[in-house]
Amino acid sequence: MIAVEHLTKCYGDFMAVSDLSFEIDEGHVYGFLGPNGAGKSTTMNIMTGCLSATEGHVRINGYDILEEPERAKKTIGYLPEQPPLYMNETPAEYLKFVGEAKGLKGLALKKQIEDVAGQTKIDHVMDRLISNLSKGYRQRVGIAQALLGSPQVIILDEPTVGLDPIQIIEIRDLIRQLGEDHTVILSSHILSEVQAICEKVLIISQGKLVAFDKPENLEKLLLASNGIAFTAEASKEEIDEILPEISRITEWDVKTQEDGLTAVSVRTGSENVKEISRELFFAFADKKKAILEMSSKKANLEDVFIELTEGDNMAVSDALEESGVEVE
Amino acid sequence: MIAVLKHELSGYFHSLTAYIFSAFLLAFVGIGALIYNIQSAVANFEYVLGYVCLGFVVIIPILTMRVIAEERKQKTDQLLYSLPIRTSQIVVGKYLALLVVYLVPLCIVALYPLIFAQFGEVYLLTSYGSLFAFFVMGAAMIAVGTFISSLTENQGFAAGIAIPVILLNYYSVTLAEYVSATASGSAAALIVIAVLLGLLIRHLTKNQNLAYGISLLIMLAVAVLFFTDSSKFEGLLPDIMTKLSLFERFYTFVNGVFDLTALIYYATVIIFFLFLSVQSLEKRRYN
Repeated sequence: MIAVEHLTKCYGDFMAVSDLSFEIDEGHVYGFLGPNGAGKSTTMNIMTGCLSATEGHVRINGYDILEEPERAKKTIGYLPEQPPLYMNETPAEYLKFVGEAKGLKGLALKKQIEDVAGQTKIDHVMDRLISNLSKGYRQRVGIAQALLGSPQVIILDEPTVGLDPIQIIEIRDLIRQLGEDHTVILSSHILSEVQAICEKVLIISQGKLVAFDKPENLEKLLLASNGIAFTAEASKEEIDEILPEISRITEWDVKTQEDGLTAVSVRTGSENVKEISRELFFAFADKKKAILEMSSKKANLEDVFIELTEGDNMAVSDALEESGVEVE
Repeated sequence: MIAVLKHELSGYFHSLTAYIFSAFLLAFVGIGALIYNIQSAVANFEYVLGYVCLGFVVIIPILTMRVIAEERKQKTDQLLYSLPIRTSQIVVGKYLALLVVYLVPLCIVALYPLIFAQFGEVYLLTSYGSLFAFFVMGAAMIAVGTFISSLTENQGFAAGIAIPVILLNYYSVTLAEYVSATASGSAAALIVIAVLLGLLIRHLTKNQNLAYGISLLIMLAVAVLFFTDSSKFEGLLPDIMTKLSLFERFYTFVNGVFDLTALIYYATVIIFFLFLSVQSLEKRRYN
């Protein structure tokens, strides 16, 4: 369906996308995940013909987007990060223009506009100026525009950014529905969103593809980052003495706190967390060192994401705790 | 292309642009006709057109400043790029819409000679010949304005560049009398033009080698020609300035000559600047 081959894009000396290759099959919802500046929008812009690549090819249904742009673009509907709307027009006028530019005419055009307006629930605002519509409705008009001409692939660049929670839920439902008849690719830096709607996730970091799998498989991949965090009344040296006694623990991170206690983060991998916790408890009890607090940490997509995009899992857990990020 | 044309037209007639442009053009021609044809009782309507064409300095930038710049500013250019239409179709569609907006007030102006003919003898052939040339010259300037609009996302900046460009073109014949007519002066001016051309190509293509290559090639050619036969350069600069003037060629029509070479010149200017506009839009993809 879509083949991206060795895609590279440079802005002067800055390499936004570097040797990116992947293939997308028909009929799924794909999530394009990455931190800001990872190259998501650049890749999507190249895939839709809005930007040219420095190197590499994008083929859509076998048509190269640069060599046969008209054929390739007929199979794509694209909503850029900022919906490309003419503020002084009504959605009806706007959709008519886009439909005509996509080659629709007469009754077919009218029917399609009605269909997409119904699908995106904008039928009651069709005659209001776009400049007077709320952000959520503008986003819907943008999606309606992408749906015109019944393209096989719909590419949405951060479709839920800046929307309120109810609008986000509505747009997500809409995307799920679209996934039934179209191939949908959406980009996001919100993990829960990708987890909730996407069947497959591409994680991109610094212009490179770092993972491409189902969300649940990605979590399995990172079982290794499961761990236990505890606070003990012991010095760093004492902890470094006690921990090697437990054979199943191979990696740990120690941090002395201001109150004299020591925070320890232990990596357990796929081992049984409960058993290791018990062993830890008795090992410290034998030495008369109290453990004041202990909790287990389970890797989730958030960790996978940060680990893959930053590559430092120990630091990750601390950062997550400090910033109060909610982990689902 | 038709979709772009229709969309642009509806945009112009829904906003004030088309009306302000028409009002300005009709006001200029109206005042000119009042002074020349009615007050001074001159039967030549073409003189009015010759007189009011200075108004292009203001009205063309008003018309063209937003044509592409606004798309960039509103980020709607991304929509145009992602639609299954070619960049050339976008530019030509937009250009044709501008021509239609320009043609509407001219249709009203076209009635003036007929009205004047009711009250005396009017040279209809020269009047309409000049009106046609007036349209074609305006069309050439609209192409220049479209290109300038494609260079920036700021409408004000587009107008700010277009006004001096057209003004300079208007006065180029007058200025030609003051510039150096010596061979060395002309050669120096050609080298400056070569450098400017190189900078323009670099801006459009981001290809430094191509830009400097062409610049150097022209400079080399100028140098070789200058040292072999410098007499060819005498009076060359004023000559070029006169030849490049869009207005000077229009005055030929006003004087009663239907000059086909001028029409070809205008057509070349239109094609050249539309081509540059397409390149300028294409360049955005390669940024």
